[in-house]
Amino acid sequence: MASVNLLVGVSLIYVTFLFAIAFFAERAAAKGRGAWLRSPLVYTLSLSIYCTAWTFYGAVGYAARSGMEFVTIYLGPSLVMIGWWWALRKLVRVGRVQRATSVADLISSRYGKSNLLAIVVTVMAVIGVTPYIALQLQSVTLSLSIFSAPDAGGEVDQAIAAFWVAFGLAIFTVLFGTRNLNANERHDGVVIAIAVEAVVKLIALLAVGIFVVWGIAGGIAPMMERIDASPIGEWDMDRSRWVALTALSAAAFLALPRMFQVMVVENEDERHLQIASWAFPLYLMLMSLFVVPIAVIGLDLMPAGSNPDLFVLTVPLAEGQVGLATLSFLGGFSSATSMVIVATLALSTMVSNHVVMPVWLSARAEGAQVSGDVRNVVIMARRASILMIIGLGYFYYRFSGGGAALAAIGLISFVGVAQFLPAMFGGIFWRGATRWGALAGLVVGFAIWVFCSLLPSFGPGVVLSVGIFENGLLGIGWLRPQALFGIEGIDPTVHAVAWSLVLNTTAFIAVSLVTFPGPLERLQGAQFVNVFDHSTQARGWEAARATSEDLMVMTQRILGADEAQTLFRAEAKRQGLDGSLPEPTQGFLQNLERELAASVGAATAHAMISQLVGGASVSVQDLMAVADESAQILEYSNQLEAKSHELTRTAGKLREANQKLTALSVQKDAFLSQISHELRTPMTSIRSFSEILRDTEGMGQVEKTRYASIIHGEAIRLTRLLDDLLDLSVLENGQVSLRYEAGRLSDLLEQSIVTAQAASTRSMDIRRRHVNEALVLTTDLDRLGQVFINLITNAQKYCDADDPELVISVQQDGDELSVAFRDNGTPIPDAARSVIFEKFARIGDQDGSGAGLGLAICREIMARLGGDITHVPAAQGNTFVVHLPRRAALAAQ
Amino acid sequence: MGKHVLLVEDEVNIIEAIRFLLSREGWQVDTHSDGATAVDTIRAARPDLVVLDHMLPGKSGLDILTELRADPDFQTLPVLMLTARGQARDREQAEKAGVSRFMTKPFSNLEVVTAVRDLVQLAQ
Repeated sequence: MASVNLLVGVSLIYVTFLFAIAFFAERAAAKGRGAWLRSPLVYTLSLSIYCTAWTFYGAVGYAARSGMEFVTIYLGPSLVMIGWWWALRKLVRVGRVQRATSVADLISSRYGKSNLLAIVVTVMAVIGVTPYIALQLQSVTLSLSIFSAPDAGGEVDQAIAAFWVAFGLAIFTVLFGTRNLNANERHDGVVIAIAVEAVVKLIALLAVGIFVVWGIAGGIAPMMERIDASPIGEWDMDRSRWVALTALSAAAFLALPRMFQVMVVENEDERHLQIASWAFPLYLMLMSLFVVPIAVIGLDLMPAGSNPDLFVLTVPLAEGQVGLATLSFLGGFSSATSMVIVATLALSTMVSNHVVMPVWLSARAEGAQVSGDVRNVVIMARRASILMIIGLGYFYYRFSGGGAALAAIGLISFVGVAQFLPAMFGGIFWRGATRWGALAGLVVGFAIWVFCSLLPSFGPGVVLSVGIFENGLLGIGWLRPQALFGIEGIDPTVHAVAWSLVLNTTAFIAVSLVTFPGPLERLQGAQFVNVFDHSTQARGWEAARATSEDLMVMTQRILGADEAQTLFRAEAKRQGLDGSLPEPTQGFLQNLERELAASVGAATAHAMISQLVGGASVSVQDLMAVADESAQILEYSNQLEAKSHELTRTAGKLREANQKLTALSVQKDAFLSQISHELRTPMTSIRSFSEILRDTEGMGQVEKTRYASIIHGEAIRLTRLLDDLLDLSVLENGQVSLRYEAGRLSDLLEQSIVTAQAASTRSMDIRRRHVNEALVLTTDLDRLGQVFINLITNAQKYCDADDPELVISVQQDGDELSVAFRDNGTPIPDAARSVIFEKFARIGDQDGSGAGLGLAICREIMARLGGDITHVPAAQGNTFVVHLPRRAALAAQ
Repeated sequence: MGKHVLLVEDEVNIIEAIRFLLSREGWQVDTHSDGATAVDTIRAARPDLVVLDHMLPGKSGLDILTELRADPDFQTLPVLMLTARGQARDREQAEKAGVSRFMTKPFSNLEVVTAVRDLVQLAQ
């Protein structure tokens, strides 16, 4: 017979082994070599904390009492895993995106970060799970007592054993559950220890099963015969219980705090779910494979009245297989301890985050001066919570007195945590769910659970009096705990499951419909329900990239595609990540925030960055809407600004045009005034003398001729004036068409001189240098000739020298050909020189036959021909120089 | 009789025409062509009437008139102003400056002769 001491020794070695594994796993993870710790296999095995001592020991007992019904406990989770795509995937995604640390955190976060909800959920979870922890402690001490029972001398004090087990578990959980506080709340050491324990309990159960089938029954066929013969095979299946229990186990699988811990919080990669979706049902199948054979053999072999919950241990012991029994004990020990560790971890997170920390923070705000790192406070709170929860479990175990069947306590616990389900999944799939709806559902479901399931479990007369069972609460008939609303004859478990979940869901929906979600709730609701629309698959190093992508998308919307890409490319280059997105480092984020602040303001930029990076309460989608909006506003204001600039420019142009018009109008008035004067003057003479000729009788012939020739001269003057005006107008408007042709400069000068002399009465000595004139020009010869004639005529008209003389000299100077006309008259005064080329500018009181348009015309012609005409100041005489560009002047032939 | 008229004008043909017209009517006609010295000439000549061109080299007819009217001796001297510009503003300015009669070129010979006669009679 195995002594208890040996068993304790084996247990201690096993625990030491687990400590070592957890320690090395943590160290490997810390050194970055822990990739294998996060494999799909480890993930799947960690899910096996679903299989507690209740399943390890209790399933056989369940089968011995109720036949095949125990399968429902495995069926529910298997269905959830197989159908992971519909519910579990979304739960895991939401949990990861929201960085939910627990069920309480998830629910409170969904409903607008309501700490009230978090506290309610935490309290419910603690109340629901504490009996379960007590159950694990009980199973360990019970199994120990089995070994000691035959050996009267080594009677184990169960209370002391339970205390040491609880103490050991507390130490382990504190050590590996609160070693460090990383943001994602992952515990590599704990997870790997659980995975090892999962393997141990599977091997133990399979070993016992194989021993039973082949060692006792003698093979599969005889085993099947014995099963057929056993009462287990005959019992009918109660459909309502099957449906209710399958649904319950599925609900519990999703809502249990410890399951959330391993399934969501400890999840490294969403793709692990895909593998776990078939691997975990397979694990459950293997766990359940030998349950019925062990139960059947146990019922056959063991004396009547033996506890069927312990067949896994007692059957090998009865057959003298101490080694197998020891393995079986370790399997049960593993099941119990892994559950307690993870459940405690999950509950302590809730208690410390939602109860202890808020209390501590508000206490500090009231003046309690606590210096130092908040992290230390969090860790201390976490450790205190762990001790408190395991302590609660221990005291529950001590004072409930044990006794109740393992499976019963498990089921009660399941019904309790299943109350979280409507609020959890309603929040994930229904945007209309509100905080008050969730609270109402939770409270109603919890109340019904306490009244119909938890309290009655202690039996009539313990907590609830027999009178309440028979007559209802306060004597109200329809408030009987096992026959609510007077509906009797339902199985108590189905009754509790159905009423609690139905009323929970009804209250949740009804209150949600009549209340309105707050803004934060609305945002969170959208983010939860539409989690697949705007969360990138976040895993490992890709999580960082996903954030970079979000940052990129947002930056593009605010700064525009080009600028955003330039910014990101520069940063990627700086980080040495050419060609991919930069890591969202602190420096980069600060830089980005500055850039965005320039566009949307510092506060908005900061909010956007922190929300995107922190993954906090405002969804990416909502932020995008804000960004779009501000981009539109920016664009609109840019457009307005552009329009305003345009208007200013237009106004400026108009003002300028107006000034020009005013100036033009003044010029026009002056010009018209001049024209009027120039036209009226000759017309005055013409009219006056024609009236004299008409009205004067007996006028002499000489006089008549004289006056007639005055009229004639003035008429010619008038005509020439009009011709000049028209000519000038054409030249000024640029409407003149030039006729380029080649001709000799000497010929052109000759003709001009002849024409000018023919029109003049005064003779003038004109000197030329014919050699220089031997040039061929290509220009409008007629127009150039007009300029020459004008200059020669002016010289003839205005030269006041006694012996008027004009020197025409031609010079070819590089690119330029110049023809100078120099007379020996009185120089034009300096004051007048600036106006001689203006219209109607006449110097002095010469005979006035010119209208003062000649030089103006010359200037216009030369401009058209690509040259110019200037008056050169000199002490003696007047020199006008005509410049012609070289391209119009060809070399002499 | 031999009333004395001073003609201040720079256009030779117009001088000839006016001289012909007024001489035939029995006026003694003196001429002056330079605006700058016109006022001195008028002061020296003390004519019964001045025929004044508006646009003169050196000094405009308007300035000459203004200068004359500033002198108490010439405040009532009949001045007939002739202008080729013929704008309404010129007439206003001339009347403000104290012109006796304002006519635009080209003028009717009869009008000029009548105006000169009337102005002199009025002055007496």
